[in-house]
Amino acid sequence: MSVKQISVFLENRPGCLHEMTKVLADSNIDLRGLSLAETSEFGIVRLIVDDVLGTATVLKDAGFINSLTDVLAVEVPNVPGGLNKVLEILDGAGVNIEYMYAILGNKKSESAYMIFRVDDNTKAADALNNARVKILDQSGLSAL
Amino acid sequence: MKEMGMGPNDIPLKAGIFGAEAWSENMRRDIEGTMGIKAYDIYGLTELCGPGVSFECSDQHGMHINEDYFIAEIIDPKTGEVLPDGSLGELVFTTLDKEAFPLLRYRTRDITSLSHEQCPCGRTHVRMSRLKGRTDDMLIIRGVNVFPSQIEAVLINQGYPANYQIIVDRINNTDTLDVHVEMTPEMFTDNLGEVNKKQAELVDGLRSMLGLKAKVTLVAPKTIVRSEGKAVRVIDNRKI
Ligand SMILES: [Zn+2]
Repeated sequence: MSVKQISVFLENRPGCLHEMTKVLADSNIDLRGLSLAETSEFGIVRLIVDDVLGTATVLKDAGFINSLTDVLAVEVPNVPGGLNKVLEILDGAGVNIEYMYAILGNKKSESAYMIFRVDDNTKAADALNNARVKILDQSGLSAL
Repeated sequence: MKEMGMGPNDIPLKAGIFGAEAWSENMRRDIEGTMGIKAYDIYGLTELCGPGVSFECSDQHGMHINEDYFIAEIIDPKTGEVLPDGSLGELVFTTLDKEAFPLLRYRTRDITSLSHEQCPCGRTHVRMSRLKGRTDDMLIIRGVNVFPSQIEAVLINQGYPANYQIIVDRINNTDTLDVHVEMTPEMFTDNLGEVNKKQAELVDGLRSMLGLKAKVTLVAPKTIVRSEGKAVRVIDNRKI
């Protein structure tokens, strides 16, 4: 039900993010989603890709420390209040959201897609399923 | 040994003698627990006689210096003044029985302290404590003596490999200490707060060890400069 997110450690120095994107580009890796979190000292870039293990290996070989996390890829209706509805469901189920970000869908799609990192994936997935909100798995994500 | 599935009872060794490298009490306990031996400290230097200048007894309470051969003193490395028992300073030796190559108040550049109190084992020879570092390595930061070995001890205590670099600078007439630590896969998570917390723990550990506020910078693995295979531990950018 969940998808794997790759988190990569970035030093706080100019060009570090670009070095990483170059490694990905050289290996022909297509990014589905990306979000960057940083402090004044360092950064963590979170990636959604189709080939998780291949990408993690490419990054590791290039010297980038990374870790995999299970996150939920949620289809959010592309209408006003769409995100609000999803958050309401999660809130109602007592799920804590650590962070979230939007990822690329396809242009014609009626829906937007967001990645949710929550404290309890099962609880969140159950609540969303019950409310008929669609959650994508890795193949569903690749098919977008 | 752990990788080979061997426990402390699988080897018949009883004791090991460890010298030539600075080590900590934690490292000793670790070696003793893993190998099921007593690990003893030894000290010597080529200019005196090689190994054999001082040894620990079974009480592991400082190294007994062979005073019938050597006179040991501790001096302030800057002024040359002799310091009393218990003070950290540079170890100095005078040889009593070397004929071809006698040494008078020979400066070892090793930092330790002496004690003339009787050891629990009953011996009365002067004892030296475990080496704290070398005068060449000693940094004076905001008036505080700092040894790279202390920083290493904090890292090892918190489960990091001893992969670090110390960068000292002087900004607005104040010394700054920046410790670069290589990030490890074990330390890294997707959670910014967790990584921040680990960084803060290192800052706290350094503060209680050194009595100084140091900055900790996390760097990517294998980025700390190595020259001829050895990491450069200290970069002092201060211009005095
Ligand atoms: Zn003794």
